[in-house]
Amino acid sequence: MALTEERSTRMVRKFERVCEILDRYDRDPAKLIPILQAVQDDYRYLPEEVLTYIATALGLPPARLYGVATFYAHFALEPKGKYIVRLCDGTACHVKKSIPILEALRAKLGLDADTKTTPDMLFTVETVSCLGACGLAPAVVINDDVHGKMTPDAAVSLVEDIIASEEGQQC
Amino acid sequence: MLAPATLNIDNIAQAFGVAIRQPARRIIVCAGTGCVAGGSLKVHKAFVDQIAAAGLDVVTELKDEDNASGGVLVSKSGCHGFCQAGPLITILPEGILYTGVKPEDVPEIVQTTLIDGQVVDRLLYVDPVTGLHGRSPHEITFYARQERSVLKESGHIDPEDIREYIYHGGYGAAKRAYTELTAQAVCEEILHSGLRGRGGGGFPTGRKWELTRVQPGEKKYVICNGDEGDPGAFMDRSVMEGNPHSVVEGMMIAARAIGANEGYIYVRAEYPLAVKRIRKAIEDATELGVLGEGLFGSDLNLSLHVMEGAGAFVCGEETALMASIEGKRGMPSPKPPFPAQSGLWGKPTVINNVETLATIPLILNMGAPEFRKLGTPNSPGTKTFALTGHVANTGLIEVPFGATLREIVYNIGGGVTDDNGKVTGTGFKAVQIGGPSGGCLTEEHLDLPLDYDSLRGAGAMVGSGGLVVMNKQSCMVNIARFFMQFTQNESCGKCVLCREGTKQMAALLDDVMEGRATEKTLDLLEKLAKAVQVGSLCGLGKTAPNPVLSTLRYFRAEYEAHVFQKRCPTGRCKALAMPEIHPELCKGCTLCARNCPVNAISGEKRQPHVIDTEVCIKCGACAAACKFSAITGV
Repeated sequence: MALTEERSTRMVRKFERVCEILDRYDRDPAKLIPILQAVQDDYRYLPEEVLTYIATALGLPPARLYGVATFYAHFALEPKGKYIVRLCDGTACHVKKSIPILEALRAKLGLDADTKTTPDMLFTVETVSCLGACGLAPAVVINDDVHGKMTPDAAVSLVEDIIASEEGQQC
Repeated sequence: MLAPATLNIDNIAQAFGVAIRQPARRIIVCAGTGCVAGGSLKVHKAFVDQIAAAGLDVVTELKDEDNASGGVLVSKSGCHGFCQAGPLITILPEGILYTGVKPEDVPEIVQTTLIDGQVVDRLLYVDPVTGLHGRSPHEITFYARQERSVLKESGHIDPEDIREYIYHGGYGAAKRAYTELTAQAVCEEILHSGLRGRGGGGFPTGRKWELTRVQPGEKKYVICNGDEGDPGAFMDRSVMEGNPHSVVEGMMIAARAIGANEGYIYVRAEYPLAVKRIRKAIEDATELGVLGEGLFGSDLNLSLHVMEGAGAFVCGEETALMASIEGKRGMPSPKPPFPAQSGLWGKPTVINNVETLATIPLILNMGAPEFRKLGTPNSPGTKTFALTGHVANTGLIEVPFGATLREIVYNIGGGVTDDNGKVTGTGFKAVQIGGPSGGCLTEEHLDLPLDYDSLRGAGAMVGSGGLVVMNKQSCMVNIARFFMQFTQNESCGKCVLCREGTKQMAALLDDVMEGRATEKTLDLLEKLAKAVQVGSLCGLGKTAPNPVLSTLRYFRAEYEAHVFQKRCPTGRCKALAMPEIHPELCKGCTLCARNCPVNAISGEKRQPHVIDTEVCIKCGACAAACKFSAITGV
């Protein structure tokens, strides 16, 4: 009940929040990337209707926004899970065997190269090129927390801990 | 807050000098990305709590007056470079370095070191080769063999306190540039120093500045390129986290040299801490009047902005980076015109790398002749490298140009490790230098003095400075494939040969790794590699084939084993794996058969088992389970 209410209030406020962000950046088309970053921080992804709204507000063709949004790896056009698990596959992590960690995480969560988010929207598993934490290779970042010197088992147990704590909250 | 006209950095330095001498001791907790990941912020909190609990005065923020005399200052620093041994704690004035400190170690440190004045031996660094304890950085080979100038203050000063930077002479070079030197004199000094761009290209910085300085026009821009996207490199991250004001000061001097009044620092979004520290550095400098209007009493102004990247490696290329700042897709454009002529929004622009800019204040302070004393004649100064991979000590290092790989890998790095992290005397196979644009160096290059020109001659490049050491268990075809995948993902798609060529090269490498290659594959691969080099507009495409060409050059036999014998000499390529149970070693314990997910292993109890290679999926579960090392080839 509380959830539905919250969601409907969010829908109403949807464009209000976009407007706030647009104003913060003076509706300047040159600041498109910071604007999209702020929108994504807020919504966790870039919903299509919000993209078209921004295009109109900035006087840019929607195709231009779509082009920018798809060019940069950070922008997501689909919602991501509550926990974004990013496995570093930079050179240092790769030579220290990061791929078996990816395989273990995908197997644990029933994901593959095409399906990156679990159906319950709890986890998104993706790889990144380098997190700059090479001294701790291989590294996994869950939301903003960096976990270094990972093994497949350790990574899976991080995920299990999150699942356990989420289940604990629901009870 | 001080008004710009009354800004006096000497007074700030002096006041800080008085304040810093009040506490009897200082505990520096490393708060770089690596140590924070290891829990250093919890360690910081534990120190504050435990010192107070022990009845000593704790100071967490140095004020200009009223500091508890004789108390303990607990401060944070940027990256020490030795991330692997983190979280790192330095205790002054003794200079003791504790490694791998956890919050539960803190009470012991407070009691033993702070109160009793003894050293906690078990937290000291232990040399992986000699087994000796190192009490301070001078006694640890990892640090002792380095020549830290750009990184000198990183790991010591509080990166979020502008006063401490000023206390160590910070902004003195900027002041000189704005009050004593002409723009031309600044350019000349940098030109004479021989400084070359640390971002990879190695173009002389002074020349770049001079070309921009002489351009007509009121509006010019200075940009700091902190889009360090090379996998395996984190030098710029460490500088931005550890000493952000040195980058700001470098930008001020660059702005003075070319006549810019506005600048951008473009930082990768993957570096949230670097973004935060740089933002704070700019805010503090602006508040203090170091940045803003009427700099150091002159009639010159400078405002700096931070721009966060959005995850595109190609934005490290200068024209793509500028397109990104303008809110466009980060696609490179042809040169000329060079940014010096027509850069950001069509105005003359200088783009320098983070490390280059952090070196600038040092050059102005020591003078070009002194700077040239380090390094080699064509590559003066020092270079930071991110030393990672199969080496005992991984981390950020700084050495003069001309240092050898042997020095870096065996002395600073402490030697090559096997897959279990043990140092072995014979494990060295190659070093990958320069990331996806670079190449591999082998045993024959161990004594080659590293600089821009020698590396280019060996088919590699300094790049931004990632040094990934690989042991004998690393498959070079796999490494080449890894980089091809990376450049293919990151190609912006503008040039056909970069977009499609890298894809086809990756497919050819797959053929090699999966047993489909024929005698023509390697020739085709080489031909295509050369075509991609020629047919691409920007550095990404031009250098994308380097990892393939250099591994082909130095490890052709390894490629040929894959192609002709359908065998991966390291056993890394799963598709070519030929798992085999050695009957003389097998005890018939059945563990492998029980672990096999597809029931490919059969045999009687206490009798040697066999693998049915038709059924086997080469997952390696059997070899991992076997206690007698009887299973090989997977």
